[in-house]
Amino acid sequence: MTAVILAIASAAVSCRKAEPIPPPDKEHVAGGEAGTVKGFFLLNEGNMGSNKATLDYFDYTDGFYMSNIYADRNPDVALELGDVGNDLGIYGGNLYAVINCSNLVEVMDARTARHKAEIQIPNCRYMAFDKGYAYISSYAGPVDINPEYRRGIVVKVDTLSFQIVDTCTVGYQPEEMVIVSGHLYVANSGGYMAPDYDSTVSVIDLDRFEVVKTIEVAPNLHQMKIGGDGMIYVSSRGDYYGYQSATYIIDPASGTVVRELPLLQNSDMAVYGDSIYVISHSWSNITMDYQTGYAVFDTRSQVTVNRNFITDGTEKEITTPYCIAVNPDNGDVFITDAKDHVTPGMIHCYGQDGVRKWSAVTGDIPSHIAFTTQRLSDL
Amino acid sequence: MKNITLILLFLSTAALSVLQAGDFCHVPDTIAGDTCDSVLSYELAEAVVAADRWPDEIIKPRSIEGDRIEKLNVLSIADAIRYFSGVQIKDYGGIGGLKTINVRSLGSQHTGIFYDGVELGNAQNGIVDLGRFSLDNMESVTLYNGQKSATLQTAKDYASANTVYLYTRRPRFTGGKRNNWNFGLKGGSFMTVNPSVLWEHRISDRVSISTSAEFLYTTGRYRFTYEKYRTEGGERYGYDTTGVRQNGDVRMTRAEVSLFGDMDGGYWKAKAYFYDSERGYPGAVVRGEFVHQDRQWDDNFFLQGSFKKDLAPWYSLLVNAKYSYDYLRYLSDPRIDVTTMFVDNRYRQQEAYISAAQQFKPFGWWDLSLSADFQWNLLDSDMKDFVYPVRYASYTAAATAFRFGGFRLSASLLYIYIHDVLRSYGADVEDRHNLSPSVMASWKPFKRTNLTFRAFYKKSYRMPTFNDLYYTFTGITKLEPEETVQYDFGAGWSVARDAGWFRGVELQGDIYFNQISNKIIAMPTSNQFRWTMMNLGYVEILGSDISARAGFRFGPVDIALTESYTWQQARDLTDPSSPWYGGQVPYIPWHSCSTVVNISFAGWSLDYSFIYTGERYESVANIPANHAQPWYTHDISLGKSFLFSKWELRATATVNNIFNQQYEVVKCYPMPGTNFMIKLNFII
Repeated sequence: MTAVILAIASAAVSCRKAEPIPPPDKEHVAGGEAGTVKGFFLLNEGNMGSNKATLDYFDYTDGFYMSNIYADRNPDVALELGDVGNDLGIYGGNLYAVINCSNLVEVMDARTARHKAEIQIPNCRYMAFDKGYAYISSYAGPVDINPEYRRGIVVKVDTLSFQIVDTCTVGYQPEEMVIVSGHLYVANSGGYMAPDYDSTVSVIDLDRFEVVKTIEVAPNLHQMKIGGDGMIYVSSRGDYYGYQSATYIIDPASGTVVRELPLLQNSDMAVYGDSIYVISHSWSNITMDYQTGYAVFDTRSQVTVNRNFITDGTEKEITTPYCIAVNPDNGDVFITDAKDHVTPGMIHCYGQDGVRKWSAVTGDIPSHIAFTTQRLSDL
Repeated sequence: MKNITLILLFLSTAALSVLQAGDFCHVPDTIAGDTCDSVLSYELAEAVVAADRWPDEIIKPRSIEGDRIEKLNVLSIADAIRYFSGVQIKDYGGIGGLKTINVRSLGSQHTGIFYDGVELGNAQNGIVDLGRFSLDNMESVTLYNGQKSATLQTAKDYASANTVYLYTRRPRFTGGKRNNWNFGLKGGSFMTVNPSVLWEHRISDRVSISTSAEFLYTTGRYRFTYEKYRTEGGERYGYDTTGVRQNGDVRMTRAEVSLFGDMDGGYWKAKAYFYDSERGYPGAVVRGEFVHQDRQWDDNFFLQGSFKKDLAPWYSLLVNAKYSYDYLRYLSDPRIDVTTMFVDNRYRQQEAYISAAQQFKPFGWWDLSLSADFQWNLLDSDMKDFVYPVRYASYTAAATAFRFGGFRLSASLLYIYIHDVLRSYGADVEDRHNLSPSVMASWKPFKRTNLTFRAFYKKSYRMPTFNDLYYTFTGITKLEPEETVQYDFGAGWSVARDAGWFRGVELQGDIYFNQISNKIIAMPTSNQFRWTMMNLGYVEILGSDISARAGFRFGPVDIALTESYTWQQARDLTDPSSPWYGGQVPYIPWHSCSTVVNISFAGWSLDYSFIYTGERYESVANIPANHAQPWYTHDISLGKSFLFSKWELRATATVNNIFNQQYEVVKCYPMPGTNFMIKLNFII
């Protein structure tokens, strides 16, 4: 009998093999299309502590979606892309990925997605680029006497040498940034100090690389975009008590908040021409359900022209809208669904008519999209 | 001349130690009815299988006792329990890494852990770290699926889907001795040093005291390697990176004092327990971040007492009481590692518990029992926006058992009532109450053949913990308790022989089906800092546990063999529209097994153990990116007992993970490669 059990057991067990590098998944999702935008990269966050940040690529020319291309193209980079992807951008032919919990910015050749450099910045969050420099926000500022209140920094990196050239202390837990006429605007969240959130935008003069102004906006600021009207649109996550998530408009000329859009709840936004596409997803303890929105704000008329730009009813299939991006070339709207954060997400492509064109499976927590005008090689 | 004396001494000790080993380790537990069954297994030579180790149990438990525990030479309960069938240990690696038990895929919070008859609670998160409990002063570690068949037990004994009972050593005195001393020293890899002392003293014929203390320090450092590659056109592409696990240091002190009293038809016992530790969190190994800095301090203290008496031939009473205080401080300091957020939180939990159980025996074949438990929990913290919860819980259980010839039946009904108060709000939260039944039956069709069939059904609830309900940010969520339903059908057969080379065999097999509904799952919101708890999950588990023990004796050589094998299909059936619907639950292998071989000869003892955990997935999305390779380790241990006239010396040397397999139980938490441990015990 023991022998029988042993036999069953040995038949069932299998041995350990060499750990493979998983090949990317390639899926045809759309018909081929020509245009100046050749495709986009998508950075998947991956759940914290699981080292599962991954990179996907969509190719317009052939209409296919490839997930998890980084490990395949960079088999010699130990522990792959890293832990928690937080921002993605292309500048000067290079693709930059901010890997938050790996405390680094991964620099790849945008043509090949091959590793070029690694810039070590503790607790790095978002990027902005200007005149040969990358500006990277980081929570890891100097530790004061009271370590609970600790300002963040913006790190200035030379995009030729990939070396840090300067740092500037800003507000608490800085997030996204925009650059308008030689000034860097930084949205400070104060996320580590909840419920005493920061509520300011720091303005850095890039010539002097120091803070020249601080603008009071609303608690827990997060994202920033420059609208078609040249105004700065900044989102607040709200403080989960009195303040709801909302959108604020800052006039860079006067450096003041010119408008509050309390009804425009904002978890991510994207600019296309005179439109700002805003998705929102927040939990309500009153209705015991999520409140989800897919709004369009018109920057000319300064009104929310649409509360649900999806016209074919497919928004019902989106569980956790997480990221939005609009192709500046043809107006395709991309919405990602992070689902339960521990399984692969989805990306959906909508035309300007609000009808879904295609969908694809992404990595875990699809969160940032960077459009490219150069087609990825070795497809 | 000296050498000859020494050799003679060796020989005589060897011969004696065979006889004495069983003696020392075992004293029949005439007091605690619940460990009574283990007597049988001790009294037979260790390699021999008992006819029926658990004659009074409808559902046969899995257990490890006295002598076997001594020989294991491991540091924690978790290391001993992993050999049981149906069990997965979630292990974050190293001596300090969190170790939790998952029985039949129901989740760690569905397993109750009882320490000398009273449950170890954690109202904050419901998690008991088995890595904290030393095997040093343990007499038995026993796992029950469902519950014990005894009717005289606390209501909380009925409350968990599965239960692990840890019993510390009861003092026993041979030949008019009044004192027993045992000085132990363990040490080995990771700079581990673990001295311990046990003093047992007989105060009177009926009262004895046991005091035990131990200290442990380890750096928790070990080397680990990650390697991935592919071969393309004869060229090898990939990486091979090695690091040293850091911030895994542990400093721990444990002290216990127990009093044991005997009386006619009963017993009483009392215990004071103290535990103090400081440890680092080794953390996840991810690109760019191999070393973490966050630390934790713990202080645990409890006082507990039991009283049992048969007041009449038809009436018995069991009373248990406990008070516990647990302090935890967590520190994450950006002054040490600039990348981190500053967190310095202190948590203080208090628990008071009282239970009364009574058993009526109207006839020899019929038992009836009624037990009532009351528990109070309080949690304080210096976290911002903390709600300061208090919980009042009452457990009431009625149970009955019948015995007609070879047929046995027992049934129970448990009622749980929970009332929470949030002191910061001055508000009461909606009460929770549940009724959970269980039925167990066994049938032994033949008088002479030890063949038994058994079955059970049990429903149980896991109440949402304080963290589930009141963790700041999430607000007050309306959570239902998690519900589990278990169905089990099994059979056991054993045969024992007193002579010849074949000394017996015992086989146990079970097929089970479990359902977990209203599973409490953390769901993200738009903000990564803000998750919310929901009753979302539904999981079905179909599984089978098989175990076999066999004993052989060839002249002076005893051989004992233990095999266990588990097959489990644990499917997540939460959302039919999900592409991952029906996926295997994360970290549940389809196949797992273990083998333990023990060879004893003339005071020498050689143990070999093998553990295998088959392929599994790290996410319910069962795709190649989430695939985890099987892992298996081989451990070997050699022990020898030297007996002198007044004292005894035991030495054991162990090598674990002989083939230096680099593996992970949990993704990003590498496990140690080859490591060794030496144990010395000096016994007077």
